[in-house]
Order: sequence, then structure tokens, then C-alpha cells
Amino acid sequence: MQDLKEEKTGKAKKERTPMPEQSAAERRKNFNEVALGYKKEDALFEASRCLACKEPECVEGCPVNVDIPGFIKLICEEDFAGAIENIKATNTLPAICGRVCPQETQCEALCVLGKKGQPVAIGRLERFCADYEREKDVRVPEIPKSTGKTVVVVGSGPAGLTAAADLAKLGHKVTVFESLHKTGGVLSYGIPEFRLPKEIVRQEIDYIKQLGVEFKPNYIIGRIKTLDELCDEFDAVFLGTGAGLPGFMGIPGENFSGVYSANEFLTRVNLMKAYDPAYDTRVRHGKHVVVVGGGNVAMDAARSALRLGADEVSIVYRRGEEEMPARREEIEHAKEEGIIFRLLTNPVRILGDEKYNVKAVECIKMELGEPDESGRRSPVPVEGSEFTIPADVVVIAIGTSPNPIIFKGSEGLEQSKRGTVVADEDTGATSKCGVFAGGDVVTGAATVISAMGAGKKAARAIDEYLKGK
Amino acid sequence: MAYRILEKEEIAPSVHRMVVDAPDVAKAAKAGQFIILRINELGERIPLTIADFEKEKGTVTVIFQEMGKTTKQLAKLSAGESLEDFVGPLGTPSDIRKLGTIILVGGGIGVAPLYPQAISYTEAGNRVISVIGARNKDLLILEDEMRKASSELYIATDDGSKGHHGFVTDIMKKILDSGEKVVRVVIIGPPIMMKVGAGVASPYDVEILVSLNSIMVDGTGMCGGCRVTVGGKTRFTCVDGPEFDARKVDFIELMNKLAMYRGEEIIAAEKYEEECRCGLH
Ligand SMILES: Cc1cc2nc3c(=O)[nH]c(=O)nc-3n(C[C@H](O)[C@H](O)[C@H](O)COP(=O)(O)OP(=O)(O)OC[C@H]3O[C@@H](n4cnc5c(N)ncnc54)[C@H](O)[C@@H]3O)c2cc1C
Ligand SMILES: Cc1cc2nc3c(=O)[nH]c(=O)nc-3n(C[C@H](O)[C@H](O)[C@H](O)COP(=O)(O)OP(=O)(O)OC[C@H]3O[C@@H](n4cnc5c(N)ncnc54)[C@H](O)[C@@H]3O)c2cc1C
Ligand code: SF4
Ligand code: SF4
Ligand code: FES
Repeated sequence: MQDLKEEKTGKAKKERTPMPEQSAAERRKNFNEVALGYKKEDALFEASRCLACKEPECVEGCPVNVDIPGFIKLICEEDFAGAIENIKATNTLPAICGRVCPQETQCEALCVLGKKGQPVAIGRLERFCADYEREKDVRVPEIPKSTGKTVVVVGSGPAGLTAAADLAKLGHKVTVFESLHKTGGVLSYGIPEFRLPKEIVRQEIDYIKQLGVEFKPNYIIGRIKTLDELCDEFDAVFLGTGAGLPGFMGIPGENFSGVYSANEFLTRVNLMKAYDPAYDTRVRHGKHVVVVGGGNVAMDAARSALRLGADEVSIVYRRGEEEMPARREEIEHAKEEGIIFRLLTNPVRILGDEKYNVKAVECIKMELGEPDESGRRSPVPVEGSEFTIPADVVVIAIGTSPNPIIFKGSEGLEQSKRGTVVADEDTGATSKCGVFAGGDVVTGAATVISAMGAGKKAARAIDEYLKGK
Repeated sequence: MAYRILEKEEIAPSVHRMVVDAPDVAKAAKAGQFIILRINELGERIPLTIADFEKEKGTVTVIFQEMGKTTKQLAKLSAGESLEDFVGPLGTPSDIRKLGTIILVGGGIGVAPLYPQAISYTEAGNRVISVIGARNKDLLILEDEMRKASSELYIATDDGSKGHHGFVTDIMKKILDSGEKVVRVVIIGPPIMMKVGAGVASPYDVEILVSLNSIMVDGTGMCGGCRVTVGGKTRFTCVDGPEFDARKVDFIELMNKLAMYRGEEIIAAEKYEEECRCGLH
């Protein structure tokens, strides 16, 4: 607290207001949220740093173009209710985005203050407004008269939720089908409690329910009903089924007991609450855990393993830290908590015992070669540099692709070679009449806010389509 | 969402039949598919084969054996109560066409998933020879139903209390040796029985299918927890299966994987039974 005060009063407003957090020593033992959120005075101070630019670049950096100077100005005026209303005009899930958006590559990357010092902490301010509202009563907007049109949304992740909310606000009758027993997509099963409390996801979804959207969990499209059948029964369809199919490396030993996909490990921990003894679902609590990958998913798996009581958790990533796709904040948090980063390292083989339990991972050192198509320097193995890391749990977090289940009984839905649904970038329209798609199912694994942006655009296009119908 | 239990009976010691109101699942179900259920918010998701379904009534029947905590808890529920979640139909349906003579081999609880297959194979115009078995005659399930659904029925018990004294696979071998042209053998039961059965049938010129019961979470291809090695390749039991070519399945890996949580499972089941004795449930 002392530092915080000095910072506010002393130095120029060059540096952003620090986020109050649980200490690393404390939080590595629990699943409670790491970042505690700004207090009112923190928010007022941080908001006062914003220059209220005439042509705000930050807005360009946000995939849904939140009116950043607008809501920040309202914070300065202490009109927090007005601020959240302003944000919600473009962003249906601010409590979530404020927590998990990769701000450093989006809105905050373009903030003018970032050129000389630190950018305005836009995400933290957004979170502050959303949390302020959640503690009060959430206002439900007037719903226009029913248009009599029915739209079905498949998948209840950020893309589906946004499309559903926007379509409901336009007066269409929306039904959301979700294959899991809980709604929210990756927000519920993937991102851990300590980064995104499930209570917040629940409240955001409750708000969408109040808009009149009907949710049907335990309902798998491609099994209970096909897409073709949905096209017959509803006026339009939005596909937001995400990229939920886990990739494996194809190296020997990958099927030993104790080797998990990140999806399985995180689903057991988050969705099924395996960390809480009151719940029946189990997960192996490793002593030596190795997580393969360098994205948010890898960070989440590693930090979850630590919280389950591991003595040592290491992240094995074949490129350097600069290349890691994870949010900066997650990498910093993971380091503070004591996760070991083994960079420029790649697993070549998983070793097991006679009972097929994993016991170690054999890795090889890598060095960076020439840049590849993605512009990143591609790693090449250093011959003879193999070494082993002892492990009783290994989590593979090297990426996911769309689940093909949706293509069963979907005549004429065009699919790319990568398994994604081909859709127009501006409207989400697919090759199949009346079917729109957006989010990870179109782009491959991306971000919450880009999925929401796609859901938004598609909702607008669906509304146009329905008017013409 | 809740799924009502309409009927519930113990059909053999620790083996229960449960009929659940799940119209959407019933409408789409096919032989060889399964469901995943969760009893309540604290519960785990467990897979059970669809043992029967009636599209008009909107009901799905499952038959389960008490194994650990979840199945013991499920056994305590009665008609009128509800399950929190009941999702399906999952898995690739059995490839049932007119082929000729088929042998269906079922051990223990494995007879339950065989029953809808017997009906479908017979309806498709096949000659269905069924061989069912259990440790003893009291544990034998669905005998009458299987007799009705098959052209011929043989029984084996480990202790000889009914039918052949020995294993179902002994009878299967006799039929294969008899000279009758058999096109396909389907073996469903405990992994060890499927492994032994696959070994016995392998030398014959016949297709051999087994239905694998790997550990699952979602059942839609999202977690990869159900992966098995078949023909040296990784396959997901919940979407690529549950039926696979028995000659190619790595049974040793499967059996080791099923034992993965055994320590915790035993503790959970004992704790649950202790709580039941204390009247907590
Ligand atoms: C562990 C993890 C951490 C992440 N961290 C971040 C982060 O910090 N910041 C960030 O911006 N992004 C993060 N991401 C990425 C982000 O979560 C995704 O890009 C985003 O959730 C995609 O949204 P979506 O709506 O397209 O799909 P999803 O969120 O994947 O939702 C799709 C939904 O559709 C359902 N579904 C699939 N098939 C069917 C079917 N056939 N029938 C019915 N329902 C179906 C699925 O069950 C799922 O609920 C993370 C992802 C993971 C896995
Ligand atoms: C596709 C499929 C169909 C099945 N059909 C039937 C059926 O029709 N009738 C029936 O009685 N059983 C069936 N099973 C097995 C049934 O799912 C398990 O007996 C049940 O999950 C055990 O749960 P439990 O908590 O009572 O026991 P636990 O204490 O969890 O486990 C007892 C044993 O069951 C196995 N097991 C544990 N969890 C799972 C899981 N999630 N999936 C599979 N096996 C597990 C393990 O070998 C374990 O050692 C099927 C399994 C699969 C995969
Ligand atoms: S939604 Fe995300 S990118 Fe947009 S302003 Fe908020 S935090 Fe920034
Ligand atoms: S660019 Fe930065 S300073 Fe300018 S309006 Fe946006 S947040 Fe404020
Ligand atoms: S059960 Fe999750 S992929 Fe098969």
C-alpha cells in the first residue's frame, strides 16, 4: 500500500496504477482470483491518466471498438453506471474481457501514452466498471417487440453468447444449444477460476437469459440433431462451436497414463472442480509436472498443476520467451509463482514404467533458425543435446482445432483444410444458406474478444438476412 | 434441466436397469451408442451404453453394475427421482447390415450393450448366434431378452451353475470350429475377456469387433481422455469408437489406463459406503 501511495502522489503519471494482487506465495496454494481489482481511488487515479485523445488510437486496437475515452471520461466524473452502460453498448461481456483480453497487443498496444511511458490500464478500468455494476443491480434493457423469427445458436462460448445477446436485443427468438452440461465454452471449462471466477461467467450468462435467450445444455448438434435439421426448423443458424479438438505431438509414449491434453486437464480441474474434494471427479495431482506449449493454455495448465500441490512445474516450449503467444501478465504471474521455463526445448519422447505410468519426458534443445512464414524464427534441434525431465504428469498444450462433429449431416457447409468453417469475415455467412459462423470455429484458436467481435458482426448480418426472408 | 427416472430395478445382484425420460436422446439413438450422465452438481460424468430405447415413449434404458462411488450412488436412486444430466447419443453407431452369420459374445455387464445389437442384427436379416456368460447364474442378465433377439443362445458360467462350465470364449471357439461360415464376431465385456476373446478368434477368417470402455469426460472428442492405441494410431473411443477392430487394439495399454485412478476410486467408494451406513445418504 505504501508504494502505491507514493506512486500516486510522487512520480509523474508516467506509470500505470498497480493492480492489487494476492501475493505469489499465498496464491500458489489456492484457486482464488489472483488479481483483486481496482478500488475506487485506484480507478479514479488511473482514469485521470487518459488524455481523452480526439482521435483515439486505442479504440482501433479493440476488436469491438469499445468507446475507450468515452467510458474513461465517465469514470473521471464518478458516473460508474454511465461508464458501464457505455461499455456495454459494444461489449456484452466486460467483466470477462477486462480480465482476459490480451490488452498489450490490442487496445493498450495503441494507446499514445505507451509511446513514452506505460499505456492507460484500459482492461483494468473496464473490469472495475463491470465489477461495480455486478455489485449493484444489473439493468436489463428494453427488449423490442418480437419479430417472430427464430434463430438457433450452436455453442455457448463468447462467440455464441454475443450473437445470442445481440439477436435477442433485436427481437428475435434465440435458442442456444450447448453440448456440455454447463454454458460458457472455454470461459467455463478452460480458463481457470483463479483468472476468471466462474461466478462472473454465470452472472454474465444470467444477464443474457434475462434478455429472453433460451439455453439448452446437453444438446450436441451432429448427434441429437444435424445442422440440416436445424436449418429446416429455424429461420437462421449461428455456429460458434469453437476449436475444441486437442492436438497431440505424435511422439512415442503420448498415451501413457498421466499424459493429459490441456483440455482434459483443465476440464477436470475447472468444469468438474477436481481441485475441490467435495466433487467426485478426479485428476492426477502430480509432484513433477511438465507442460508442453507456450500459450495461455499452457500457463493455465501449469499454474493449475501448481495449485493442486505439485513440487515442481515446468513449461517446455520450443521457441524463446519473446515468441510465447501467452498474455504478458500470465507469463509474469507464472514466473512469480515459481513455474520453471525451459525455453528452446522440445519433447521427443515420453517415458513410462511397466504399469504404463509416465515417469519422464525426454527433450532436445533447440536453437532459432531463419524466420518462417509466420515471421517467427523457427526452432531447429541441436543434435546430441537430449536430456530427460522426471515427470508424473505431462500436459500437452500445443493447440486445438475445430471439432468435426458439427459437419455430420451438414450438406454443403464448406470446410477449410485446417478443419475450420469457411465464413465471410464481415458477415460470418457460410457456403450454406441461412448458416453463419464465427469465433474459433472459423479462425482456429484465437481470443475471447475476437470471437465476440465475430458474433456481433454475424448477429447484424443475420438480422439483415431475416429482414429479407 | 433434469431427467426423470421412470423405472428402476435390480436385475441381478448389484446390476440395475434404469429407464430414463430423455426424448431427444431416444429419438436419435442407434445400437452401439452410449450416453453420459451426471447425478448431481457434485457428481462425475460417467458413460453407460444405451441398452434399449423407445422413440415414441421418449425413453432410454441403461443397465449398470455397481463399481465405485458413482454407480453405487446411482443404484440408490428410485423411480420418480431425477438425474441432473443425461447427454447422448454418443459414439459411432454399430455398422449393422445384412452380413450372414454373426456371433455376439457378452460377458457380465457386457451383455447389456449387446442386447440392442442382437435386435438390430436380427432385424437386418442376419443369423445371430449369441453367447452370454457371467461368474455364476445369479449374475447372468438379459437371458430371456437375448434368447428372443437371437437365432440361437448359449450360456456359460465360470462356476458351472448354468450352461457351459467355463468361459464364453470356449463356446465361441466351438462355433468357429464347427465349419459354419461366420462373418463377424462382436465381443463385449471386461477388457481382459475381450483381449482373451480376440486372441482366440484371431486365427479364424472372421472380422472381430470389441466395444472399448475407456475413461471419459465429455464424450464428444474434446478432451482426448478416452484415447486408445489401435493399429499403432491414437484414436478417441468416444467418437471413433466405441467399436474397434479387436486385432489392432492395444489392450495392455487400455487396462493400465483404466487403473489410473484406482487408489482414489477405492477410497471414494469406501467413504461413500461408510457415509451410507451412518445414514448420511
Ligand atoms: C485454457 C484457455 C485459456 C485461454 N485464455 C485466453 C485469454 O486469457 N484471453 C483470451 O482472449 N483468450 C483466451 N483463450 C482463447 C479463448 O477462450 C477462445 O478463443 C474463445 O473462447 C473462443 O470462443 P468461441 O465462442 O469461438 O468458442 P468456445 O469458447 O470454444 O465455445 C464453443 C462452445 O461450443 C460448444 N460446442 C462445440 N461443438 C458443439 C456441438 N456440436 N453442439 C453443441 N455445442 C457444441 C462447446 O462445448 C463450447 O461450449 C483461452 C483458451 C483456453 C482453452
Ligand atoms: C462407452 C462406455 C460404455 C459403458 N457402458 C456401460 C454399461 O452399459 N454398463 C456399465 O455398468 N458400465 C458401463 N461402462 C463403464 C462405466 O462407465 C463405469 O463402470 C463407471 O464409470 C464407473 O464409475 P464409478 O464411479 O461407479 O466407479 P469408479 O470408482 O470411478 O471406477 C471403477 C472402475 O470403472 C472404470 N471407470 C472409472 N471411471 C470411468 C469412466 N469415466 N469411464 C469408463 N470407465 C470408468 C475404471 O476401470 C475403474 O477402475 C461403460 C464405459 C464406457 C466408456
Ligand atoms: S474489450 Fe478487450 S480489447 Fe476491447 S477495450 Fe476492452 S480490454 Fe481492450
Ligand atoms: S489512446 Fe490512451 S490516452 Fe488516448 S484515449 Fe486511448 S486510452 Fe486515453
Ligand atoms: S471422452 Fe473426451 S475426447 Fe473422448
